[in-house]
Amino acid sequence: MLQAAKKLGKQTFKFDNPPVIVSYASIVGPMEGQGPFGKEFDYVLEDDLFGEKTWEKAESKMLRETLKLAVQKASTSPAEVDFLLAGDLLNQIVTSNFAARALGIPFLGLYGACSTMAEALALGAMLVDGGFAERVVLGTSSHHNTSERQFRYPTEQGVQRPLWAQWTVTGAGAVLLAREGKGPAVTRATVGKVLDLGVKDANDMGSAMAPAAADSLLCYFQDTGEEPEDYDLIVTGDLGSLGLKVARELLVRGGLAVGENFTDCGVLVYYPEQDVHAGGSGCGCSAVMLCGPILKRMEAGNYRRILLVGTGALMSPLTVQQGESIPALAHVVAIEKKGEG
Amino acid sequence: MFAGAAAFLASLLKAFVTGGIICAFGQVVMDFTRPTVTPGHVLVGYVTAGALLSALGLYQPLVELGGAGATIPLSGFGHSLAQGAISGARSAGLLGAFGGGVQATAAGIVAAVVFGYIMAVIFNPRG
Repeated sequence: MLQAAKKLGKQTFKFDNPPVIVSYASIVGPMEGQGPFGKEFDYVLEDDLFGEKTWEKAESKMLRETLKLAVQKASTSPAEVDFLLAGDLLNQIVTSNFAARALGIPFLGLYGACSTMAEALALGAMLVDGGFAERVVLGTSSHHNTSERQFRYPTEQGVQRPLWAQWTVTGAGAVLLAREGKGPAVTRATVGKVLDLGVKDANDMGSAMAPAAADSLLCYFQDTGEEPEDYDLIVTGDLGSLGLKVARELLVRGGLAVGENFTDCGVLVYYPEQDVHAGGSGCGCSAVMLCGPILKRMEAGNYRRILLVGTGALMSPLTVQQGESIPALAHVVAIEKKGEG
Repeated sequence: MFAGAAAFLASLLKAFVTGGIICAFGQVVMDFTRPTVTPGHVLVGYVTAGALLSALGLYQPLVELGGAGATIPLSGFGHSLAQGAISGARSAGLLGAFGGGVQATAAGIVAAVVFGYIMAVIFNPRG
């Protein structure tokens, strides 16, 4: 079989000139601001309407401002950015479309549910390394209240959440990838396959996504020949406490012993006392954790090599009502600090 | 005077316990059957169950015991529907069976429409 030049093994891609994360930005809602990493985001909203009339407008503004902030931090302007890659959870990805309307950057809209940040990083790196772009800005967002009313019940109804439910993060994260510059680089990516082991409970997305996360990680390590110990952090997007446990067990069964360095953005983003049950979720969950605490720690030198495993549950409210199970997807992105050994 | 107040408090307590047990049952059903049984199923199920129990003559004793505790939950709405249909059938035959239920619950339905309308005019929806 013919193997593409930049492909490693079955599903992994290696970037010859790893695109550099020259800047990153994050904006979060009030509740995320009260979480363990509240001080490490660029901006914490005072209230989740962000001065707008609707939550949908607030979410789009949040994404727009985060993308702008990432561009500003890189001391460049939207006119000098070749592509905008963005996605979110709302129907027809309106949050991203409306943010793109205001930015004037050639736009490619993405949907990978909560795996979109990893999808955008992989595709953005391909665009830059492939010679199609000098600079790509990418970002994703989610908003607790817009997601609640789209995927679950009207918030006024006050429907109780089961203990294994996760809490959609209100937040947006953005990254500016460039061919050259200072910062950690995206070195490899594994594009995942859609897996469905038959979970039908839309409140139990962690368990639905865990097999996909484990499958993509096993594939990454098989394709690259590396070991989990080679990484300072292997962090999944939003498996939550339950999904993380399932994923860990699946990895062990697959012959991959992951240690303390294996965790989940959804588990990290809130304090247990914040009563969110199984942890955070949403496109914003991995985006704000990456574009805040995690990249800050890479900058500070605490982490040198990390793997971000974006995890997405690919159902719609309609398919859930029709009794379909939840297909899930996970993409792995390797981010490494260059130089110093 | 004192005896009147005691009877009043006793009826409040009976309504509270009756209504509480009816609602707690719905909660337990949802908790043990997630995700199959949704709040929507409980809503429809309670109306239907209330109507069936009422037709079998089992709901009226509950209303006599618990008062508003039995009539305010959705099963009470089903009870009113069934009783209205039964008395409609007695007075006007088959057509009465269809019309009677709505007649008996008309006050509740119109109140829901009127107050819903007023709230919609005054407040903006958030969720």
